[in-house]
Amino acid sequence: MQQAMADDKDVLRDVWFGRIPTCFTLYQDEITEREAEPFYLLLPRVSYLPLVTDKVRKHFQKVMKPDDVGEMWFEYEGTPLKWHYPIGLLFDLYASNTTLPWSIFVHFKNFPQQDLLHCPSNSVIEAHFMSSIKEADALKHKGAVVNEMQKKDHKQLWMGLQNDKFDQFWAMNRKLMEYPTEEGGFRYIPFRIYQVTSNRPFIQKLFRPVASDGCPHTLGDLLKEVFPAAIPQNDGQKKYQVMIHGIEPMLETPIQWLSEHLSYPDNFLHISIIPAPSD
Amino acid sequence: MSETAESPTENQKDESPVVQPPPEDVGSNEEKKKIDVLLKAVGDTPIMKTKKWAVERGRTVQSLALFISRFLKLDPSEQLFIYVNQSFAPSPDQEVGVLFECFGSDGKLVLHYCKSQAWG
Repeated sequence: MQQAMADDKDVLRDVWFGRIPTCFTLYQDEITEREAEPFYLLLPRVSYLPLVTDKVRKHFQKVMKPDDVGEMWFEYEGTPLKWHYPIGLLFDLYASNTTLPWSIFVHFKNFPQQDLLHCPSNSVIEAHFMSSIKEADALKHKGAVVNEMQKKDHKQLWMGLQNDKFDQFWAMNRKLMEYPTEEGGFRYIPFRIYQVTSNRPFIQKLFRPVASDGCPHTLGDLLKEVFPAAIPQNDGQKKYQVMIHGIEPMLETPIQWLSEHLSYPDNFLHISIIPAPSD
Repeated sequence: MSETAESPTENQKDESPVVQPPPEDVGSNEEKKKIDVLLKAVGDTPIMKTKKWAVERGRTVQSLALFISRFLKLDPSEQLFIYVNQSFAPSPDQEVGVLFECFGSDGKLVLHYCKSQAWG
């Protein structure tokens, strides 16, 4: 049992320190004074693009006139990348089966107003992040845990993420992961299911971690209820991949365990459903 | 006279109506597409005479905020914040239908709106 618990803590670390090798290239329409070399970075999966791309901006600004530098935004194969989605989610959703490094275009003009939110400063990211945590806690504990925290506790969660401090973040975040033992889990599991092919931003519903007969609900149970097509059919044909943090968890995994270990720092399980590669 | 008003549709042409899988219970489809939203002002933000609105499930928080701002004739430069449970501001691209399902009660979704950050 002790061994198992130690392993589970390793999962939290592995998720936190997940990185995606990325190549940033300046989009061809941008005006430069010299040639712009591509820029390589290891992007933290659990972070947000504007939090970790200061160096990218500085790199390209060096070869551009200040007047040509508008709000920076990113694009992958024609899709503008939403900064308010965690990086790992963006990769799983749009680029799961591509070769690394992840190749992203950098733009400084023609901001796609209808697709992206503006991000004038880090305080906007902080507000978005804290709102997500509060929404998740509203589902998990009717908001009781996050509301009992003090301002400095909220700051600790944010600073932990912003400065990539695992221990600082988790010292506070573990409070958000507690639940009464007799209930076997949270009130509801904060999850969002994304698909590339859908016009809807994502699916989010109320889903309990434990069935009425006391059995733990699994990832498979969740999919059966909200996205049955993602469950492989009897003929063995797998039409979709169900990705969290770049892996396909077994459908038998209890959803409560996933919520505690594979949630992003915003306390949501971000699940990508993508077409299975045909090989 | 119903106190529920229809929100105008002119500013949501870029949002195609969301077709949901048929619900188990057989209700009028027209009813299912819209939800009741109760809008409450916070602080010195002007109140709306009509508080209860029928809103398309697929409408985003952003588009609802835009509607309220226009309805109140707020200056376009003024920001409008929307809150659920008087606690968190949902993401602007969140659908109100999702908020209704997760945080609605008594058949309606209560949203607070404010010209400044009220909570959080």
